Amino acid sequence: MKLHYEVDGDNFLVAGEASGAVKRTLKQIGIDAAIIRKIAISMYEAEMNMVIHADGGEIDVEITSEKVKIVLKDRGPGIPNIDLAMKEGYSTASHEIRELGFGAGMGLPNMKKYSDDLKITSEVGVGTTVQLVVFLH
Amino acid sequence: MKMKKVQEILEAHIWAGEEDLEGEVYAACGCDLMSDVLAFAKEKVLLLTGLVNPQVIRTAEMLDIRAIVFVRGKEPSKEMIEMANHKGMIILSTQEPLYMACGKLYAAGLMCESED
Repeated sequence: MKLHYEVDGDNFLVAGEASGAVKRTLKQIGIDAAIIRKIAISMYEAEMNMVIHADGGEIDVEITSEKVKIVLKDRGPGIPNIDLAMKEGYSTASHEIRELGFGAGMGLPNMKKYSDDLKITSEVGVGTTVQLVVFLH
Repeated sequence: MKMKKVQEILEAHIWAGEEDLEGEVYAACGCDLMSDVLAFAKEKVLLLTGLVNPQVIRTAEMLDIRAIVFVRGKEPSKEMIEMANHKGMIILSTQEPLYMACGKLYAAGLMCESED
């Protein structure tokens, strides 16, 4: 099964809708609740990052009998130093975003914690692609 | 602890999910930072927070959190109440600050997550 979502970068109100939709789909097809939780948290963090840092983007989700693969592509400013961005507590989010409860520097660490495989490729001025894989068994 | 008891202890206003107040929560998490809730909260806890925006509801949805208490007299927006009703969540609000709300529930026997 393949799913595609466009993420609106200007609307914080609807941020996370794609993750919510994927969560409901996985529940409908009978995936284990603990696995769904891992996918939902890691995808939601990645989707929020697209809205907070990159003015939105596109998400492709592929569900097979073995795994769920989520690819999030944005055309944002890119991440100059991925190793630094992976550190808990490191954040470049604005004061406004912090007031909304995000930007604590936990996004990328949370994605790593809850996914089975995390790949990030980024080019400054071009954009960032995040690939999350969670195995179903 | 039954959600009805949580509501009574905190003298909380009910915004959504009144029909589900007989349901139980086994632990609670008090936090204003949604990133930390995503990092540390377990499923099926009660979330107490002073942060009021739609992403609180969304964060709870991702974590299978079924009940939220807004502290310090914060009131959810109409959109948030609609979201909560749609997702079958209980939304309460109390005048108590976060520390007091957590303290009263803890004293009444609702443990924190690591002690469940």
